[in-house]
Amino acid sequence: MIVFRYDKTFEGLLTAVFDAYVRKQFPACLLGDQEPGPIFVDTDYRVLTDREKAERVWNGLQRRLSRNVCRMLMYAWFSEIEGCGLLLMQYMRKVFDSKNSVYLNFSDSDVLEVKKLAQKVSRERMHLIQFVRFQKAADGTFFAPVSPKYNALPLSLSYFSDRFSDQRWLIYDLKRKYGYYYDLNSVEEITLSENDRLPDVRLEDALMAEDEKTFQELWRGYFQAITIRERINLRLQRQNMPRRFWKYLTEKQTSLK
Amino acid sequence: MNDRILKKLTLLAESAKYDVSCASSGVRRKSRTDKMGSTAGWGICHSFTEDGRCVSLLKIMLTNHCIYDCAYCINRRSNDIRRTAFTVEELVELTIEFYRRNYIEGLFLSSGVIRNPDYTMERMVRIAQELRTRYRYNGYIHLKGIPGASEELIRQAGLWADRLSVNVEIPTEHNLKRLAPEKDHQSVFRPMAYIGQGVLANEEERRHFRHAPRFAPAGQSTQMIVGATDESDRDILQLSASLYRREAMKRVYYSGFIPVNAYDHRLPALKQTPLVRENRLYQADWLMRFYGFKADEIVDEVYPNLDLDVDPKLAWALRHPEFFPVDIDTADYASILRVPGIGVKSAKMIMVSRKFGRMTASALKKIGVVMKKAQYFIICRELPVRTIQEVRPEYVRKVLTRKTDRGKSDSRQLSLFFEE
Repeated sequence: MIVFRYDKTFEGLLTAVFDAYVRKQFPACLLGDQEPGPIFVDTDYRVLTDREKAERVWNGLQRRLSRNVCRMLMYAWFSEIEGCGLLLMQYMRKVFDSKNSVYLNFSDSDVLEVKKLAQKVSRERMHLIQFVRFQKAADGTFFAPVSPKYNALPLSLSYFSDRFSDQRWLIYDLKRKYGYYYDLNSVEEITLSENDRLPDVRLEDALMAEDEKTFQELWRGYFQAITIRERINLRLQRQNMPRRFWKYLTEKQTSLK
Repeated sequence: MNDRILKKLTLLAESAKYDVSCASSGVRRKSRTDKMGSTAGWGICHSFTEDGRCVSLLKIMLTNHCIYDCAYCINRRSNDIRRTAFTVEELVELTIEFYRRNYIEGLFLSSGVIRNPDYTMERMVRIAQELRTRYRYNGYIHLKGIPGASEELIRQAGLWADRLSVNVEIPTEHNLKRLAPEKDHQSVFRPMAYIGQGVLANEEERRHFRHAPRFAPAGQSTQMIVGATDESDRDILQLSASLYRREAMKRVYYSGFIPVNAYDHRLPALKQTPLVRENRLYQADWLMRFYGFKADEIVDEVYPNLDLDVDPKLAWALRHPEFFPVDIDTADYASILRVPGIGVKSAKMIMVSRKFGRMTASALKKIGVVMKKAQYFIICRELPVRTIQEVRPEYVRKVLTRKTDRGKSDSRQLSLFFEE
């Protein structure tokens, strides 16, 4: 069995594709540096991430694929699920090897798989856009904790920086322990260290802006009032708004009073 | 901000909640440095209440005072409920603060009629104007058009709002007259026409002046109450079809009747809201808008009502076995779209994928085709030939409704047995 090892970055993956074509050898197994391999291994090749090679592969893809399809590949990558590296590699190989536009052939299982994976990530991105709830801090920064299933936060930044362009905000991924801060000019990635006070699902009262609680209370009241009792359908609610988001939703908290 | 506002907010939300529309779609506007907010183009639902409906806009009444006495409305004059009204400042602050916290996509403002339609409309327009100009608000605004409002005020409303809507409420004029004596269809259709003309004129204007302000860029919508009166689904769908022919009409909503004024004997005593019928109407609506069906094809003189057991597309297919089976590998898009179990997405995917080779049954399934239904209506390689031609429509119907039979009954039909 041919095993490739890479550093689990997107550039590393693109380099792996490049190297595979140079070596005329395609892996059956694509692993991270430290991951345990299969029992028998013919070749264990270590990919050294190379920016130039990666760029060549990416440019090649961009020549062959539309912008939407390239974005779909990025989305699938951000799913971070096991085996998505190998899946994408097989996909890219099909794109380079076939003469016609293979990305439209949805009866091919790899093509369909990548599309479905990208859809899942895209849905998670949409969920973030829908369900992020900002809490206003005393210093005027709007803070929102999240913990998406896939790493969709970087993909949703364009929405937040566009819509909330006149307020400072911080969205922090509690699961992956990083976030983004917008300072009215640009968005930058931040990681809080152990020394910083690590954020929680709710802002502490002392850190909250004066009127924050009022608006949370008003929103909760509104949410209750807008429900039509004759049409209760909890299953539909859960289907549209998965449970895992509820702990961050202001309207789903029991009253603070 | 305190308990007083909370009370007002809940009261006026209760009054507004029976309006179905909550769409925040139809216009994409990027944020600008001198303004606050943006609109996304597709709708964004920010929350879902326990009834499963989406909360996209802050759906609220300016006031629940009303001079009208419509039988189906909770805010009718003769109801003994608490009446209140927002001031402009209160409503504007609520909208802005909710918006900043990503609770909502924008404002959906409706109102009870105070003094006369124009007086009411003017106050609503003022709120939209205030938001846009003084608070530089750039998010979504949906304004309700008051039946009977003048052209001048509709024109102004369209300049500030993204979408306008005037509700038909009752599909036939004589029933509307019966339940809402102060209204008639003219008072609804006239403002609708003003909106349509405004959109057309604006398009023309923007052809000459690219930066001319837009008029109701997300078009208009309307809503009908289903089950409060004796109209058949055919009446309703034909009215919808004619409404969709109007200028800039984006959506017709159907609202299953909820007896909020049970004491009024002009209204039927429903055991429960006709949710299945409402759902079937939406499915029929979709067939008209995205699947190329005509209203007469979905319901006709022989079948004036939608089948509650099967969806309207399947019902059509069962009535027209001669159209099937459709060959997945050669048929055109319109025919593939008519196959039950194949939606717009899968039909499009079939169209592009079949160039690479024949579509197998398993590939169809993976694409998202509901083979349980579709198998009787298509030919594709690998599939045993037991199409609707061989097994007859009656059998297909029996197989496909087998499980759903239990637990669902026509809400218009009284049951012989007592529950519990």
